[in-house]
Amino acid sequence: MNKKMIEEEIREIADSWKDKEGNLIMVLHEIQNRYGYVPREVSLVLSEILDVPLARIYEVITFYHFFRLTPPGKMKIAVCMGTACYLKGGAELLAELEHLLCVKPGETTKDGQFQLEVVRCLGCCGLAPVLKIKEKIYGGVKKKDIGDIIAQYSDETEAKAAA
Amino acid sequence: MPKIFMNNKEITVDTNATILDAARSTGIHIPTLCYYEGKAPIGACRVCLVELEGARTLVAACSTPVAEGMKVHTNNKRVREARRTVVELLLSEHEGSCQYCTRSNDCELKAIASHLGIEDIHYKGEKPEKRIDESTPALVRDSGKCIKCRRCVTVCREVQGVGALFPQKRGYKTMIGPAFAMDLDSVACVQCGQCAAICPVGAIQEKNDIDKVWAALEDKTKHVVVQTAPAIRAALGECFGYPPGTLVTGKMVTALRRLGFHAVFDTNFAADLTIMEEGTELLMRLKKALVEKAPVALPMFTSCSPGWIKFAEYYYPEFLPNLSTCKSPQQMFGAVAKTFYASKKGLKAEDMIVVSVMPCTAKKFEAQRPEMNSSGVQDVDYVLTTRELGFMIQSAGIDFKSLEDGEMDSPLGLSTGAADIFANTGGVMVAALRTVYEIVTGKEFPAEDLRLAPVEGLKGIKEASLKITGTAPEWNFLENVEVRIAVAHGLENAGKLLESLKEGKVLYHFVEIMTCPGGCIGGGGQPRHTDDSVRLARSKAIYQEDAGKKLRKSHKNPQVQALYDEFLKAPLGEKSHHLLHTRYRERSKI
Repeated sequence: MNKKMIEEEIREIADSWKDKEGNLIMVLHEIQNRYGYVPREVSLVLSEILDVPLARIYEVITFYHFFRLTPPGKMKIAVCMGTACYLKGGAELLAELEHLLCVKPGETTKDGQFQLEVVRCLGCCGLAPVLKIKEKIYGGVKKKDIGDIIAQYSDETEAKAAA
Repeated sequence: MPKIFMNNKEITVDTNATILDAARSTGIHIPTLCYYEGKAPIGACRVCLVELEGARTLVAACSTPVAEGMKVHTNNKRVREARRTVVELLLSEHEGSCQYCTRSNDCELKAIASHLGIEDIHYKGEKPEKRIDESTPALVRDSGKCIKCRRCVTVCREVQGVGALFPQKRGYKTMIGPAFAMDLDSVACVQCGQCAAICPVGAIQEKNDIDKVWAALEDKTKHVVVQTAPAIRAALGECFGYPPGTLVTGKMVTALRRLGFHAVFDTNFAADLTIMEEGTELLMRLKKALVEKAPVALPMFTSCSPGWIKFAEYYYPEFLPNLSTCKSPQQMFGAVAKTFYASKKGLKAEDMIVVSVMPCTAKKFEAQRPEMNSSGVQDVDYVLTTRELGFMIQSAGIDFKSLEDGEMDSPLGLSTGAADIFANTGGVMVAALRTVYEIVTGKEFPAEDLRLAPVEGLKGIKEASLKITGTAPEWNFLENVEVRIAVAHGLENAGKLLESLKEGKVLYHFVEIMTCPGGCIGGGGQPRHTDDSVRLARSKAIYQEDAGKKLRKSHKNPQVQALYDEFLKAPLGEKSHHLLHTRYRERSKI
């Protein structure tokens, strides 16, 4: 993204919220809707346009789980940490995913494929522990299954790349 | 005015007061960690809890306004136990290294814990991530010691208009720091150190240069000289139990000599020198504008305060041409000491060590600016804050209070009253006017006791004007000119003044800006705790020092005159240009 383009886009968003109190958070919402996350260079531009310190923008972004500092992955892996899943070993699944993908919750893998998220209840506690990849629910998952599950999706991306 | 009951005693309080204000007005001390004088309360630390009859829970005294008939209890079992819980929880996360933390003697958290009678911490568990940021030459931040009171956030944003520090993340993981968890040197921090001056614990402190100075003093191959800024003499005493505003100039000189400095000089000497250069520069700019009608940057801004310089470089680069090209007195001193004085002593610049004692942390940064090496080496080697000097004197085993008065050494130790007032907001302006007016008219600056009341005091932005009459022939172009001046202190105020200038709402010829509230007497390196009453006390002492001087105008300083005669020749001359003037550059904010 070049700076000029960003500036025009951000100015357009910021202008619509200009004189409203608490506009920073609304502008950040629109930015995230547009880019999928809040890119650093966009924060810099926004700081100039709204005359808000960069550290203040960073405060808001990091306070709310909604805002992201990194681009979303192509596929979202949601690990349920609701009560039932947690008791049935959700934390173990999460640790394994962190280990295999080398990311922490909220982050995206280096190749941009997977985004790891922690969620509170996916509405199917009977299947605990549960994880969801794209729209598919995996129930009763064991730590040793995770590698295979991920591999299916990695194959999918590799196959696409080959085709 | 409402009446309230404070611990069953009826008191009349100000309508806009909070419970905390009311308590203080009646001599009741309520502990606080996040309260910041004059700013809206944030109720972050929860240490000031009090019981309010009829309220469901205890309330924070700092953020609860008084109301007619209110019944408040500041010291009962419920209050004491709640405060104890709050402080124990703070302590449970505090990686304080309290046995040897440099704030051990004046740590506000430790004092409160002790007053509450805390003997054990009932909450055990994980401690937050400890991260030490030593990226700048001025400040060190230790997240392990941080109690998230947010005073630094308040001062940085609301007093200094910078906003380099904000909370990040939330809940247990909250940290205070710059954007994107970067280090301070990667963001637009001006290193003024107001955060270090206000931090209740040891989470933000100046970068300690004490060991380097001890090593220099023990290095037999070096000639080590020291200079002390005007604001030190009115504050150093606080490190030894004197009340704020006690002048300790003579004891300070003796203490420095006992520490082993080979010569004890005065930054005030260089302040007089600054006036000679800066006053002449102002006149040259005015001449250019009024006589030659040439484009010239006016108003001219003072350039003594390194935090302000950095602020302009980051936030207002369009005003850089307006900054006086004069180096600050600290740097003028360094350049003159390592050339003029060195040659007098038959030394080379590299044989000398120049140590500064400053009320300021930004001076540590300034000394390391790459352009500050006119003598061929770094002109000022080490900068100590007032607090660091106090520490050195104590640790050397010197009984400060019993010291006899000493005198500064020659040839860089004599100064006039004009130099003394550099420490106060409005002081550089008045010092300049005392000299400029006399150069232009041949008459003394026409103000009572050589002071200018409209630019004194703690009001954020101050203005005055002065009609010049009876000019000498050479300065005829200034006859009947109304010279308009302004003074701002605290960078938030500076920013407001610059915005007014940008919008064309105001017109000035000469503007003084000091980074810290109150000027250097309220600097980020001064003894803690500094509030308005302390600022006023120190400022009064400075005016007292000025009034006590036989010479009160910079151009009358015989040692400065000798420096020009023997070495520099004339203000703004070639040698001055090389040694005493500098340049500025726009800085990227990230």
